[in-house]
Amino acid sequence: MLSEEERRDIELEAPHYATREALCIDALRIVQGHRGYVSDQALQEIADYLGLPLSQVEGAATFYNLIFRHPVGAQVIFVCDSVSCWIMGCERLLERLRAHLATDVGGTSPDGRYTLLTVPCLGACALAPVLMIGETLHGHVTADSLPDLLGKGA
Amino acid sequence: MERPLTRNIRPHEPPLALEDYRRVGGYEAVRKALAQSPEAITETVKEAGLRGCGGAGFQTGIKWSAVPMGPDAPHPKYLVVNADEMEPGSFKDRLLLEGDPHQMVEAIIVSSFAIQADQAYIFLRGEYVLARRRLNAAIGEAYAAGLLGPRILGSDYGLELHVHSSAGRYMCGEASALLNALEGGRAIPRAKAVRTAVSGLWGKPTVVNNVETLCNVPHIVNNGAAWYQSLGLGDAAGTKIYGASGKVGRPGAWELPLGTALRAIIEEHAGGMRDGVAFRACLPGGASTAFVGEAGLDAAMDWHGMQSVGSRLGTGTVIVLDDQTCPVGMLLSLQQFFAQESCGWCTPCWSGLHWVASLLHRFEAGEATEDDFDLLRTQADHLTKGYTFCGLAPGAMESLASGLDLFRDDFMRHVSLRRCPWRT
Repeated sequence: MLSEEERRDIELEAPHYATREALCIDALRIVQGHRGYVSDQALQEIADYLGLPLSQVEGAATFYNLIFRHPVGAQVIFVCDSVSCWIMGCERLLERLRAHLATDVGGTSPDGRYTLLTVPCLGACALAPVLMIGETLHGHVTADSLPDLLGKGA
Repeated sequence: MERPLTRNIRPHEPPLALEDYRRVGGYEAVRKALAQSPEAITETVKEAGLRGCGGAGFQTGIKWSAVPMGPDAPHPKYLVVNADEMEPGSFKDRLLLEGDPHQMVEAIIVSSFAIQADQAYIFLRGEYVLARRRLNAAIGEAYAAGLLGPRILGSDYGLELHVHSSAGRYMCGEASALLNALEGGRAIPRAKAVRTAVSGLWGKPTVVNNVETLCNVPHIVNNGAAWYQSLGLGDAAGTKIYGASGKVGRPGAWELPLGTALRAIIEEHAGGMRDGVAFRACLPGGASTAFVGEAGLDAAMDWHGMQSVGSRLGTGTVIVLDDQTCPVGMLLSLQQFFAQESCGWCTPCWSGLHWVASLLHRFEAGEATEDDFDLLRTQADHLTKGYTFCGLAPGAMESLASGLDLFRDDFMRHVSLRRCPWRT
């Protein structure tokens, strides 16, 4: 069952929407906020709580980029790999990150601190290449500035 | 030169709080609007010639005119701000949302009043965390000051405003798919048989407008249609937030008269190319617009000017390709994005875009033949309007088709060398 806090957070969103169904995406984000990711069990709990078919909740959960269906590290690194960042060298950045974190894109560093993901254009193209660590955007990132950034993000 | 949209935005400083925003004339447009009929505001916006800045360029006033009005109109009616900025190379809405959130809120109140909306949503990219915090702070201040909620400034008009933070998918930027996302489902586009202005969110009248589009509205209401038209160059009305990214001297965004020449944006405002690289071509309005080469640089960056050189204004944010960057690799990056972000609803899009991306990958890997080039040409001709359910794949084909024309020699070098010439 969803925790008391999770249910409370979902109900805070409820007055803003015309139906319970519309709470599905907020519920997924709220549960992920509390648990780090959305497990199969969590999908069922959200479906039960909102009175929706499991398939509908799963359909939403698998559609959106920011819903994690697997456990992630303490922080997620989102590296923009869209065109402007690609021109400005995001491939080299990704290569360095893979080596530094000892994981491929989609994986988590062995110490469990970071999950490495790519993300579509972060809308900060004048600062390319950019990445987000958790909720913080970093621009003009270079391979050399990465270790410092990762230190700060920890 | 007037810069109404960005006049309050100071780089690296927090946005104006309510009191300061009011001191510079903020929320005056709400007062002015409430003293008029909703129809009069729509008429002014129509006269001004305001067009959608999210890429499609539809006339805003005409969009609003389709909403049922009067005592028999269905309620609740909705205004939805499309703040799902995700078109690769576009970074103008973030600037407005983070830089002047009260301008956004004021724009929403005035525009909602024009269509008599009861509820407004800002559909915001999940990754725009700073924008979310600043918008919520501004909305809180506006509620406390009686600018939102029932009986705004003592009038009979009331409005609720809520920020919906998206869970992320480019497809949400398509207006009807966005409504499905707001309703809690997968962001799949709807059939266009019924206009959302009549039957949109939860089957009620709904208008979806881009951030930059709406931010113009308070200024139009304050200063009039003639003033707005005088801001643009030639036939173009208003200002536009242009941007430039890639290996230019000073990547950035600037509010300039609509109709500024593409060359002026790249060479003057963006400072030309960086030392050691030369201009090759650019996508003038984001990833879904056709390449413009040197020959088209003197065209005006407006709806007609970009059409005259075979492209579109799109979002007005220019992506510059230089001579040290592989054009095939750039096309691959673009098409990988579209293939990944397709909603998967119609076959030409979900299957076709992955095919296109895999063909481009063959060139980059040195495995392609000349036949693969012809196959890409066929795809570019067929993933177009009329074959797909919405505009995603046709938009993706605009950069591809023009890229195949402009960079044929580069493709062939990948074939003859059996590798990417730009990779060592």
